[in-house]
Amino acid sequence: MHSTRQRNTKNRSVQVSLNGALRSGAGGAASIDIEAATIAELLTKLAERYPDMSTHLEKGIAVAINGTVYRDDWTQKIPQGAEVFLMPRIEGG
Amino acid sequence: MAHDNSYTGQKFEVVGNRFLRPDGIDKVTGKARYGADANAPGQLVGLVLRSPHAHAKIKKIDTSKAEKLPGVKAVITSDDLPDLTGGNAGNAHILENCMARGRALYDGHAVAAVAAVDRQTARQALKLIKVSYQKLPHVTDVDEAMAPDAPVIHDWCFTAGLEEKPTKPSNIANRTQMGHGDVDAGFAAADVIIEKSYKTEQTHQGYIEPHACLASVNPDGTSELWVTTQGPFSYRSVCAALLGLDIAKLKVTSSEIGGGFGGKTHVWTEPLALALSRKANRPVKLVMTRDEVFRATGPTASTSVDVKIGATRKGKITAATLELRYQGGAFPGPWAMLACMTGFACYNIENQRSVGWDVIVNRPKVAAYRAPSAPMAAYAVESTMDLVADAIGMDAVDFRLKNVAKEGTQAPYGPIYGPIGIEAALKAVKKHPHMKSRLKKGQGRGVACGFWFNIGGQTCVDLNIGTDGTVNLAVGTVDVGGARSSLAMIAAEELGVGYDDVKVHVADTSSLGHNDTTEGSRGTFSSGMAAIFAARDAIEVLKGRAAKMLDVPVEDIVWEHGEARATGKGHGNLPKLSLKEIAAKSPNTGGPIAGHNEVVADGAGMGFAAHICDLEVDQETGHTEILRYTVVQDAGKAINPDYVEGQFQGAAAQGIGWALNEEYIYGKDGRLQNPGFLDYRIPVCSDLPFIDTKILEIPNPTHPYGIRGVGETSIVPPLGAIGNAIANATGVRMNHVPMSPVRVLDALDQAAQYEEQVSAG
Repeated sequence: MHSTRQRNTKNRSVQVSLNGALRSGAGGAASIDIEAATIAELLTKLAERYPDMSTHLEKGIAVAINGTVYRDDWTQKIPQGAEVFLMPRIEGG
Repeated sequence: MAHDNSYTGQKFEVVGNRFLRPDGIDKVTGKARYGADANAPGQLVGLVLRSPHAHAKIKKIDTSKAEKLPGVKAVITSDDLPDLTGGNAGNAHILENCMARGRALYDGHAVAAVAAVDRQTARQALKLIKVSYQKLPHVTDVDEAMAPDAPVIHDWCFTAGLEEKPTKPSNIANRTQMGHGDVDAGFAAADVIIEKSYKTEQTHQGYIEPHACLASVNPDGTSELWVTTQGPFSYRSVCAALLGLDIAKLKVTSSEIGGGFGGKTHVWTEPLALALSRKANRPVKLVMTRDEVFRATGPTASTSVDVKIGATRKGKITAATLELRYQGGAFPGPWAMLACMTGFACYNIENQRSVGWDVIVNRPKVAAYRAPSAPMAAYAVESTMDLVADAIGMDAVDFRLKNVAKEGTQAPYGPIYGPIGIEAALKAVKKHPHMKSRLKKGQGRGVACGFWFNIGGQTCVDLNIGTDGTVNLAVGTVDVGGARSSLAMIAAEELGVGYDDVKVHVADTSSLGHNDTTEGSRGTFSSGMAAIFAARDAIEVLKGRAAKMLDVPVEDIVWEHGEARATGKGHGNLPKLSLKEIAAKSPNTGGPIAGHNEVVADGAGMGFAAHICDLEVDQETGHTEILRYTVVQDAGKAINPDYVEGQFQGAAAQGIGWALNEEYIYGKDGRLQNPGFLDYRIPVCSDLPFIDTKILEIPNPTHPYGIRGVGETSIVPPLGAIGNAIANATGVRMNHVPMSPVRVLDALDQAAQYEEQVSAG
């Protein structure tokens, strides 16, 4: 059982690339590894690990998963091996 | 019910046709009710007193004489708008922008407001308000505001985004950097490197309808706001937060809108109207003059941009950088950051870096304007792309195609693109008849590309079917460009009824769940998605009713072409039931038939466009005449092609005005010199040729119909296309927008003087 749990946890690890505007919130890192199955889980753990990210989270953040930009739907699942980018939440005219 | 938003390649019967817009007759006959067209019993006239200074300390405001004037029912200052924002910096800035708090930060900044029984009395009252100002040093130019000796506007502004936190405040609110690869190595590999600097002046959205509202606050805590807005739900939440109202007790109704283009996504005088009404206990109508619209609403940023592009002689871009300085007015904004994200978006550049500086100046708080921030960055990039192409002796369109972004290209802001349409747009440009037409002497042609993200967001619709089979669709996205027609077509497509059987209306905030503002080209994309899903929910109800009417299990009912049909053994003789037949029986089969959907419409497809412009420059006057203009843009799926073309044409027309004429002109005193349409000249019909359009349809994989937003992208290329065409016509490269007659003439003179000097040795 123990080894199975370990394997599951490992499978959920996501490499998250940070858009340049957000790197200051993560100590300048261009990418980070976080275990998360959904956007909500990703953002929660991000805030826990990087308190400086709170400013960016308050301003608004969007998550691109395999090129599709999610601005609001935090229930979105993150597929294994997905390309995940964090970027500022944009609006428009 | 959960719905899948994936594109399915569905075949259409209604969608793709050209139907008349349902609001057209009301608008051309004057029946449509805009922001200023609502009235209430006992209403007062609201007027705002504004700062005549670019930057001044407000030492004292004496309202006593105004308050004593017969007919005056309320006078307010910032004292009547206590800060309830609870640390929300964004709302605090909005509050301070609506009414100065101790300092006037720009010419036109509101300092007090009155409500009186008529306009004459209100104007008299404004004159009786005595404001003691102490003028402070000001700065209105973005480059000057960044200089070390510039007057610092806010002592709390320490540049964010630097590796080390600054020890002194400045006017630079934020530094942003984006990009990827190794630009130094990329430039080292280049055969040709072009570096160039550009400036663009501040422009206004120029909507014909000024801001207007009717506010009514009642003693029981309920309130109503009738207002011209792109986002009634956003106005509700912001006004409620600023005034301490309960969201559910403030009902906001959006009027017809006479243009917004981003300028009606933010509140300006609406909180003041509510505060006046609360104090006077009477409804207050507040309509801005054009002078106020220019001085005190949200124009776009003025900018200063450096571009550097390196390429091989074979035409491959090896590296590119952008340095973008954008002023956001008197408050911090995201404008340079957006430019960093969009500047190189049309191209596949392995080594790129964009650095943005968001700068504070003594000008009005900048707001979004149709693809905000993108046109200025694109102007610099597209101009320099032509210079590089020229330097390596390559056709400018071929050079763009050689470096064009495709599915799989990494965007400047990080992610990898899915299916996008810029390559198809450039190929369509290349073979368009426009490109093959011959130019006369003195004429020039330019091509430029443009990108905008598009967005989706929170959306909620109700669909109700009447007993005669006609359909009401209530949406919460304001119709700024013909969305009611498109949404009616979508509902008709799903239900299998006629276009004329569907009536779409924009609901007030008490009638529907939250809808994000109509911005980011999201109206038809997101409400269209919700309408599809609501119609499909209604079809499930219709199938259930049909099952009851035919006395068969609902599992045996299928819905085809607007009819319920029973399938399976023993049902062969049963009649088909139309939507109208099922609706007619609805009172006795279970009651009203309705569908509803709330959705976060994420997955907006990116918008790309390429434009062709022909023009002629009058060498005597510097006047530029646009001779021919063609827009090619990817719409994903054009629901109603008439309105998609209208969006393309409108965006191009605004971009042409921006490129050639429009400009905020500030005096040395920091006051706006041209706050009116006589001196701030937007293009009129006689200034423009018919703008030709070509719609491309590369489906967005994350919308059931493949829709992409279309409203904004085509304001992006005109600045670059016109700059390139002027260079082609005259041999002179313009580096300052607007390329107005005086600037063109000046550039021609300078070029001639240079030629003379060279000839003289």
